[in-house]
This record gives sequence, structure tokens and C-alpha cells, in this order.
Amino acid sequence: MRAYTPKDDVQKKSYYTDRYYVAPQVPKFDVETDDVFAADLKAIKAKFKVSEAYIQVEQMVVYINPKNIHAVMTLLKDELEYNQLSECSAIDFIAARGGFEVFYQMLSMNKRKRLRIKFFIKQDEAIQSVSDVYRSADWAEREMYDMYGVIVKGHPFMKRILMPDDWEGHPLLKTYPLHGDEFAQWYEVDKIYGKEARSVIGPEIRDAARVDRYDTERFARLGHEVDFGAKFDENQAETPIKYQEDEGVFMIKKLDSSESVTITDRDR
Amino acid sequence: MAQHKIDFTKDGGLPVALTTIDNVVNWGRSNSLWALTYGLACCGIEMMASGASRYDFDRFGTIFRASPRQSELMIVAGTLTKKHAEFIKRLYDQMAEPRWVISMGSCANTGGMFNTYATVQGVDRVIPVDLYLPGCAPRPETLQYGVMMLQQRIRKEKANRSLKPKRLM
Repeated sequence: MRAYTPKDDVQKKSYYTDRYYVAPQVPKFDVETDDVFAADLKAIKAKFKVSEAYIQVEQMVVYINPKNIHAVMTLLKDELEYNQLSECSAIDFIAARGGFEVFYQMLSMNKRKRLRIKFFIKQDEAIQSVSDVYRSADWAEREMYDMYGVIVKGHPFMKRILMPDDWEGHPLLKTYPLHGDEFAQWYEVDKIYGKEARSVIGPEIRDAARVDRYDTERFARLGHEVDFGAKFDENQAETPIKYQEDEGVFMIKKLDSSESVTITDRDR
Repeated sequence: MAQHKIDFTKDGGLPVALTTIDNVVNWGRSNSLWALTYGLACCGIEMMASGASRYDFDRFGTIFRASPRQSELMIVAGTLTKKHAEFIKRLYDQMAEPRWVISMGSCANTGGMFNTYATVQGVDRVIPVDLYLPGCAPRPETLQYGVMMLQQRIRKEKANRSLKPKRLM
């Protein structure tokens, strides 16, 4: 199998650039504009280093040091009343910045506030698990590993959650092709029948625009079904449904409605 | 001395019917196609509707079984993921001969709209398929029609044991 080479410039090189296009930015606000968030940020800043913090779409985003993640999450849960970890995952910035941005989306039922903890890690850097603080982090961290290859230390059961255990590659990386690499395209054939079966079964048909003009005639018309791969003849006769009573199967007779009896007397 | 003239070749004379072994065996096989409960995605909902009282598969003798060892028809209803591919092969191998497979819906036929890394591009890459049903999802009438087509085909088969089992390769 040919070794998979990462396509590093996928993000750097865009297919089309509009010189006058200005990418829309969601406006950011100062944390001081919200009293609850300001108090939360003050409590975090008292113990940990915060590199950046702002409010976006009424949710506070706080950038912290990746080493402090477990302590920060403990603080958020025990003291700041953020009792739910809605989601945590990574964002692929490998081509642009050489690593991942990891986010933890938090919800406080009491304060009716949502907060997002973020930090940046290098590609080969491992992060600390928070699954002992929030149970929901268990599967979310496994998915993060499955989809991005981010190693999570201290996780009780660190293995893939969606893809098969013997899968190669991490599908949500931006360098991962949508139709899969060679391993993915031959996965089921290799696993069930072995690599020597590749030439027998053949490659996958991945062309979404492929049209067989005979499909409408021999595949999608009732009464015109033909065998797989058979030639369709323009003058082909219809093949209507034959019921088994028509074919003379024993013990089965076609209902003759003139012989049927309508029962009017219920006590017959 | 016989009081009545008995014509053995006509039913009504005596409860005796004359036919061939092929006819009897295929009559039995085609009218008791027990299907494996195998809903993989949304097509499974249509398959369940076909089995429920409104469309009523029971009158075809098609009863859903939860075990591959008691079923001879596998209706692959839905998207087959690559992770699941080995299990469909295993279930197919567990079914007793003779066995038939209906590939129900676009996803099972070709992978459908899931032109991605995680989807098998057609179940016929893993197991041999007897009948392809188009549609996304096919209505219960279509599935009924498909089962009736399969019954027609079974009635034309030989009931001989020397028939080769179907193999993908």
C-alpha cells in the first residue's frame, strides 16, 4: 500500500480568492459588559493565567494554558456553578499554526450562561482528561481522539468511539480526503476477503455524476425489470406481476367474486 | 364396487393433488420467506411498516425473525457502514441455504448520497444480492412488489440440491 502523504498546503492555497471580499466577523465584546462573566473571569484569573477573553454571541470565550485544564474545569464546576459540559472537541489548525485548538463548551443552569474554555496545543502534544470532573467528557474525548488523533492522558478507556478499532487515520483532519484514503476505500474488501480479492471485486464507483442512461428503463420501471447487467431491448414486452394462482400452483385458487357469498344472517 | 367415479387428477374427487417436486418445494419456499430483522437506517422504518398490519407481510408468509439461522431472506434496509461490513458478511454466512438477499434503497444499492469514507458503496461489494430495490426510501408497496418478484423468481428455480450456492467470489 502506498504511504499516505499529508497534503500540507490544503489550507494555505485556496482555489479562488476574491480580492475585495471581507470575511464577516462575529463582533467581540469586552467581558466587562456583562457582570456575571466579569466575576467569573476574575475568579479564573485569580488562580490561572488567561491569555485572552472576550464575549461573542453572548457567550464568554476564555483562552487558558493547556496545563491548567483539569484545575480550571474543577474550579468551574465546584465554585462557579458551571454544572454541564455540553461538548468538547478540537479544531484543525495544523496547516496554519501547526496544531489544534481544543474547546470545552460549558453551561451553567443557575446563571443561565454559556462559557467556552479554549487552548491551543501542538500536533503531537497530549492533553489532560477531564472525564473525572465531567462524565460527558468521557465520550467527547474519545471522539476527539478518533476524529483528530489528539491523545488524552488519564482517560479511563482511551480508544476509538465511532470508527472501527483497526482504522488508520483520523477522518476529521482537513488533510483527510472525503472519499477516504486507500486504506479506507478497500477497508471492507481487505478485511473480509483479503487483499488478493481487490482485483476481483474492483474499486468503488465514487463518481457522483455517473449516469447510466439505461437505469430509468431497466432499473426504475415496474414491469420492466431485467437481470443485473442485462441488455435492455426497446421492444421488450412488459413483465406484469404473475400471481401464483395464475401459474397453476396447486391448492391455490383465484377468487371468483361471483361465487362469493355475502352473509347477512349473523346467526347462520 | 365403487359408488362414485373418482378422478384422481381433479381436486374435489379426493384430497389428492398431483404435481412435481419442484413445484411443491418452491411453493413452500416462496410462501414462507422468513426475513431477517435487519433495519440499518431509515429504510428500516419502511420495512417495519411493510411488516405491520397496514401492509401486512404476514399474508405473504414473510415473517421477521431475529435470528439468521431461522431466516432465508435478508432485506438490507439502510446504509451499510464500513464498520458494519464484516458483521453483514457474518450474518449472511450464518443463514442456511437456500438464502436470498434484497438490497433495499439507494444506500444499500450503491452507497446512495453517502459518498464518503465511512460508507460501503453498495452491499454487493460484500455479499451477493438477488434483487435491487430503487428508492430513497422505497415505499412499503415497493418492498412488497420486490418480495413478490423474488417469489416469482424462486418458483422458477430448480429445487435440486446440486444447485451451487451463491458466492460473491
